Amino acid sequence: MTYIAKPKFHHPGLKKNELGYTHRDYEGKISTLCAGCGHDSITASIIEACYELSIEPHRVAKISGIGCSSKTPDYFLGNSHGFNSVHGRMPSVLTGANLANRDLIYLGVSGDGDSASIGFGQFAHSIRRGVNMTYIVENNGVYGLTKGQFSATADRGSKSKKGVTNTDNPIDLVAIALQLGATFVARSFSGDKSQLVPLIAAAIGHKGASFIDVISPCIAFNNHAGSTKSFDYVREHNDAVNRLDVLVGRDPIAVDYAPGTVQVVEQHDGSRIALRKIDADYDPHDRLGAMTFLQKHAAKGQIVTGLLYVDPDAEDMHEHLNTVETPLNSLEADSLCPGSAVLDKFNASLR
Amino acid sequence: MKPTDIAAPDYFHKVVDCQWACPAHTPVPEYIRLIAQGRYSDAYMINWKSNVFPGILGRTCDRPCEPACRRGRVEETPVAICRLKRVAADFKDDIRQRLPRPAPKNGKRIALVGGGPASLTVARDLAPLGYHCTVFDADPEAGGMMRTQIPKFRLPNSVIDEETGYILGLGVEFKGGHRIDSMKSLLAEKYDAIFVGSGAPRGRELDIPGRKEAAGNIHIGIEWLANVSFGHVDKIGKRVIVLGGGNTAMDCCRTARRLGGEKVTVIVRSGFEEMKASPWEKEDAIHEDIPILNYMVPVAFKQVAGKLIGVTFQHVKAEYDAKGRRNLVPSGDPDQTIPCDDVLVAVGQENAFPWIEQDCGIEFDKWHMPKVDARTFVSTNPKVFFGGDAAFGPKNIIWAVAHGHDAALSIHKMLSGEDITERPLPDVQVSSQKMGIHEWSYDNDISVDKRYKVPHRDKVVALKDIRAEVELGYDVKLALGEAHRCLNCDVQTVFSTSLCIECDACVDICPMDCITFTDNGEESDLRQRLKAPSLHPDQDLYVSGDLKTGRVMVKDEDVCLHCGLCAERCPTGAWDMQKYLIEMTHAGSTCPTKSRSAA
Repeated sequence: MTYIAKPKFHHPGLKKNELGYTHRDYEGKISTLCAGCGHDSITASIIEACYELSIEPHRVAKISGIGCSSKTPDYFLGNSHGFNSVHGRMPSVLTGANLANRDLIYLGVSGDGDSASIGFGQFAHSIRRGVNMTYIVENNGVYGLTKGQFSATADRGSKSKKGVTNTDNPIDLVAIALQLGATFVARSFSGDKSQLVPLIAAAIGHKGASFIDVISPCIAFNNHAGSTKSFDYVREHNDAVNRLDVLVGRDPIAVDYAPGTVQVVEQHDGSRIALRKIDADYDPHDRLGAMTFLQKHAAKGQIVTGLLYVDPDAEDMHEHLNTVETPLNSLEADSLCPGSAVLDKFNASLR
Repeated sequence: MKPTDIAAPDYFHKVVDCQWACPAHTPVPEYIRLIAQGRYSDAYMINWKSNVFPGILGRTCDRPCEPACRRGRVEETPVAICRLKRVAADFKDDIRQRLPRPAPKNGKRIALVGGGPASLTVARDLAPLGYHCTVFDADPEAGGMMRTQIPKFRLPNSVIDEETGYILGLGVEFKGGHRIDSMKSLLAEKYDAIFVGSGAPRGRELDIPGRKEAAGNIHIGIEWLANVSFGHVDKIGKRVIVLGGGNTAMDCCRTARRLGGEKVTVIVRSGFEEMKASPWEKEDAIHEDIPILNYMVPVAFKQVAGKLIGVTFQHVKAEYDAKGRRNLVPSGDPDQTIPCDDVLVAVGQENAFPWIEQDCGIEFDKWHMPKVDARTFVSTNPKVFFGGDAAFGPKNIIWAVAHGHDAALSIHKMLSGEDITERPLPDVQVSSQKMGIHEWSYDNDISVDKRYKVPHRDKVVALKDIRAEVELGYDVKLALGEAHRCLNCDVQTVFSTSLCIECDACVDICPMDCITFTDNGEESDLRQRLKAPSLHPDQDLYVSGDLKTGRVMVKDEDVCLHCGLCAERCPTGAWDMQKYLIEMTHAGSTCPTKSRSAA
């Protein structure tokens, strides 16, 4: 919590994006989270990704539930649409908004409590339906707002700040998302922006349900020895399968990659993802392989990060439902009410 | 890069750009905070200790601090440091009780030649230590060029009287109207040390055709200003040309406007932008309807039977040779004669030491300047010291003060039997400003206000009275607004490598993108990899030791607002805001002569 507003001045040499905005223009209010919170780094990464993609802030809808993580949309994209919904209900509010207006970019921001406990069902169904969104879980393994009880993603055997050992099995949201058919699945770490920023940018460019699980240490209640979501633990056990760069426009891919190490993924929005392989055997287009890889490494205590699965030709909910392309708020009276002749014809088809 | 050694006093001193740029190293942010708190007397005393003439400098200083001010790199204009100094002087209470008491004499006698800022600074430093200081000046009153050359509408006599009076009140003997015309006889009087602070008293001549014939209407700027100051001159012709582009030229033209000059024109050889005069002095002259014509070289004074009728100029343009040196070459336009009644020549000042005999043990260089050591200010005669304009040619008051402090330290060390080449380090105090979890003992909420204008007297009124001060100074409200613009650069961001957990909170919150966590490298390489571009390579990088991940923290000091948000957002206290108060060593400060390092 900080009492002064962040000064308006910015570095005189800040670069501007295509829209003439600096990354400062994508900020929101100053964070009221605890000093050092991992969530603030995720906020900074979202700001950076939107700046790099030259996204117009008014084209974004940021929707969240309840919890420390769900407070963060207040701290980024101060000029975007926002909806702070009921606990665990972000996915259905987002789904509804998306159905009404498919032209906006949807950012769903949630936490491990919001998505793996009270909103577990909501999370599952939004993924299953293929809602075109970027679903970010800021995962710290504890209930920070109620002083650090284990959440559903806390690993079995990990210790709370007071020394209690967790006896319940954890929910791995990445595994669930893979199983339920998410077409873009990634895991990252708030302490590694060089990995996280391009992942968010790529997820925004993906058409379909994108899910990113971001391990985000809770400085106040889950950054001690014995925790499996602390800075030290995640840094020691981080097993990144790849690194990526998001290429906007038609620029040729930079030549400083060794041949054979880069895989280019074309996205619907025209952007391309250049994937630099770290683990030579890992194939991010193999859903089944990804699930197996994840389980094997989890058993060894490793945290697999990177772009774990992507289907570049994914379909989204609107294609499944064959909905009208125009946002509902732009539909004119003549298309909403096409007249009795059309009604008669429709009725006749049902006879 | 190696981890930054923040224990070296210069490192954080350099971050306080204004203080570092000030020749006397006045702790600027410290006194500005005191002004904001309404503690004007305390602010004044900090200045008095450091620069001796706060009221005078608050009106006339050349302000090397302001171009250096960090605020000028963050937005358009720096903090009005100079005019805030005047606020301290204007609103202080009676501070005489705070001045040092005249000390019992220690039996040592110092002669000071010239009663200007350099000599008075030496006397100020030495008199409280018991030295018997005798100041000689040809003029009846103390102040030197501050009294004779600066017009009263910029610097009233009352301010000079007050601040020279504080020094003379320390038991300094002042012998006014007493010109020293022989160094030899002064040496024969067996003073323990002699300080020469006689300034650069000779205005440079302009020897072009017609100079001798029209002498009655051609005046040397500084002599003419002195004559005006003493009331010997009280009028000038209606059409006046001022030759020269320095601050003396600006004083000449504005004085001429007040003595009957209706059409006063400043004409300079160089371009307007390259003029030596301070930008604000040029502005003030232009505001008083004085045009400044540039790229015109005077070639002849036109006269009829000894009466000046005009000055002929050749038009020139600037050309740059392969080495980037500028040459003024004729532009080809025909020469132009501008009619006038009087000319004021302000094309520079020179030193002159006709009174120093060759066999005094004082050596001169090929430019006829005394050979003076730039740190100790001693001449080739170990008992004779020089300072101010007399030492290294014309500069300005604040330099004279800085020289005076250093020379006084040398004299004190010499007469205490110490090695004068060993200069003690400045006194450095470091203290955390943390008051609570998110509370600091300084105002860290950054003001976005633009620079406040100093109110001026109405032009019509000002031009009628040569003694009416043009600048009225800030009132309390304006001063408070301006004081809030100070970024508190002396409240330093101090980083502890061992406490950092690399959570990135400081990187995310920093409004100026100053902080980068990255792999170490050479400085030139690191500067390429910062979060925001490094715009000023002369601004230091603050580099930590190796962190847990093998990276280092790099902070570009350039545009840090000292808002303390890095420290507020740091969960482990790896960042702290600590005030670095650096006080230069003056004669008789308690600092031991052995060099000591900062905390």
